[in-house]
Amino acid sequence: MSSWFRRMKKGITTPTKEKKETPDGLWFKSPEGNIIETSELRENNYVVPADGYHKRIGSEEYFSIIYDEGKYTELFANLESGDPLKFEDTKKYTERYKSSQKKTGMKDALRSAYGEVEGLPLVIACMDFNFIGGSMGSVVGEKIARSIDYAIEKKAPLMIISKSGGARMMEAAFSLMQMAKTSAKLTQLAKHKLPYISYLTDPTTGGVTASFAMLGDVNLAEPGALIGFAGPRVIKETIGKDLPEGFQTSEFLLEHGFIDYIIDRREIREQLSQLLRMFKN
Amino acid sequence: MPTYLDFEQPIAELEEQLSKAEEIAEKSKVDASSTIDELKKKLTDTKKEIYNGLTPWQRVMVSRHPERPYTLDYINALTEGDFIELHGDRNVKDDKAIVGGFGTFNGQTVMFIGHQKGINTKMRQYRNFGMANPEGYRKALRLMKLAEKFNKPIVTLIDTPGAYPGLEAEERGQGEAIAKNLYEMTLLKVPVICVIIGEGASGGALGIGIGDRVLMLENSWYSVISPENCSAILWRTWDYKEQAASALKLTAKDMLKNGLIDGVIKEPAGGAHSNREETYKRVRKELIKQIETLSELDNDTRVEERINKFCSMGVVLED
Repeated sequence: MSSWFRRMKKGITTPTKEKKETPDGLWFKSPEGNIIETSELRENNYVVPADGYHKRIGSEEYFSIIYDEGKYTELFANLESGDPLKFEDTKKYTERYKSSQKKTGMKDALRSAYGEVEGLPLVIACMDFNFIGGSMGSVVGEKIARSIDYAIEKKAPLMIISKSGGARMMEAAFSLMQMAKTSAKLTQLAKHKLPYISYLTDPTTGGVTASFAMLGDVNLAEPGALIGFAGPRVIKETIGKDLPEGFQTSEFLLEHGFIDYIIDRREIREQLSQLLRMFKN
Repeated sequence: MPTYLDFEQPIAELEEQLSKAEEIAEKSKVDASSTIDELKKKLTDTKKEIYNGLTPWQRVMVSRHPERPYTLDYINALTEGDFIELHGDRNVKDDKAIVGGFGTFNGQTVMFIGHQKGINTKMRQYRNFGMANPEGYRKALRLMKLAEKFNKPIVTLIDTPGAYPGLEAEERGQGEAIAKNLYEMTLLKVPVICVIIGEGASGGALGIGIGDRVLMLENSWYSVISPENCSAILWRTWDYKEQAASALKLTAKDMLKNGLIDGVIKEPAGGAHSNREETYKRVRKELIKQIETLSELDNDTRVEERINKFCSMGVVLED
C-alpha cells in the first residue's frame, strides 16, 4: 500500500497553548464580494486591497492609524449629554443614550485626541457612526469647541473626521445650534492662523455637512464616501426621479469643487504629514 | 373668504354672527350696537382663550396659515414701501425663495433679507415654497457683506420649511453654502437681528439665522426638523406629528426658556394673520429697540458677544 494512503503524521500536534486566537469574524467580505482575513484588513487600515473598499471604522481605529506608533492622549473623555428636553418618542432619549453607551462602550458620538503625526502635533476630533448614527448633539458640539481651544493652546492644527447622519433629533434645537456653535468657534481657530483640516468619511450628511465638515481650510475625503446635505432617499422622493450613479460620492464632490482631494486611508499618514508640513514650513 | 384652522371654528362662527348683525343693523337702521359690542367682546375673548391655549402642533399650523404675513409683507410695512430689492448671487442665478435689499427703516438704511413664500399656487411654485437653493444662501451672504461694507444693520426674516433637497442643490453645494453663512455671519461687523416669522426648519433657517439677537414671533416654530419628518423618522409613521411637535420643544416660549433665542414678539390675539397692522407695529417697535441697543456696542465687542452666545448653547454633563 502506498504512503499517500497511510497517515504519516500523528493527528493534530499543536499544543493548545500555541494555538492561534480565532477572533469573531475571521473574514471580511466587501460589498463587491472580495474576501479578506480580518487581521490582513487591519494591516491595510481597514481597506480591502482587491477593490479599495473602505470599511467604516471608529475613532479608536483612526487614532491608532494616524498618530505616530498609535500613541495619543484622549481629551475631554468624560462629557455626556444632559437631555435638557426630556425627549421621548417611542423610547426615552436617556434610555436610548444609555443603551448606546453600553453597546458601543463610548460616551457619545465623538472623541478628541492629541498626538503627533511624523513628529508634528495634531488635535483630532473624530466622530463615531456607531453611536446613534454619529449624530451631533450637545456633546459633539462641546467637544469640538474644546478641541479648538486645546489646539489654540497647543498652537496645533485641528483635524475633524466627520462620519455622521447629521443632527441628533432627540436634542432638537440644541442639536441645531451645535452647527452655529462649531462654525462660530472655528472663526477663533482661524484668528490664530491655525490650520483646520476636514476629513469627510462615509457617511457625512445633514447638519454636519452644513457646518464644520465643509469649512476646512482643506477639505479631504475618503474614496467612495456618501457626502451630502440632504439624504439620497429624500432627494429621490422630492424630485421623483432616480439619482445618477455616483451622485453624492466623494468623487462627485471633488468634481463639483467641494473637496480638495481624496485620500486613500492606506496613505493617510504620509499624505497628512505632507500637508501638515506645507502649513508649517 | 378667510381661512380658518380646525380649532378656530368658534372664531369663525362669531365672526359670521358679527358680520350678520352688522349687516342687519345697516339695512334695517335698527340700533343693534349693544349686540354688536357684545359679539365683539365675545370674539376678542374667544380669540384670546383659544390662542392662549394652543398646543405646540396648533402653533405650527398657525405658523403655516395661508394668510400669515410673509417676508415681503413685513419689509413693505416696515419700510413703508421705501425698499430696493437686490437680486442674484453673482454666480449662478437669482433664487426666488430668498429676497433681500436695502430699505429705509426708522429713518435709517437697513439690509432686509428673508425667505419668501408664495401667496397662491403659482407664486408658491415660483418661490419654491420658501425652500432656498445654495444660490439663495449665497445671495443672502453677498447682501450681508454689502451691508457690512456700508455699515448698515441687517435684519433677516426666517420662514422656511427647510433648505431645498434637490439634485442641483447638492451639485452646487447646499451644505457648503449654509456652512459658509454660519461662519461668515458670526464675523459680520454690523448689528444682525434675526426674526423667525413663520417656520424655522433646521439648517435652511439657521443659514440666515446667526444674529446678535434672534427673536421669534409668538406663533412661529424653530427646530432641527419639522414635526412631520420627526414623526416619520422616530415613530416610522406620519401619525405622531402632534407628539413630535411637543417633544421637540419648538415653540417660541420653549426656545426662550431653553436659552436658544433672545426674545419673543407677542402676536395679537388670533395670530399675526388676524391683525397684520398690529403685528407689524410690534415687530417695528422691537426692531427699533434692538438696533438702538446693538448700535451702541463697538463692532469687536458685538462680534465677541455673538460668538460667546452661540458657543454657550448646549447641555452637557461632566463627571
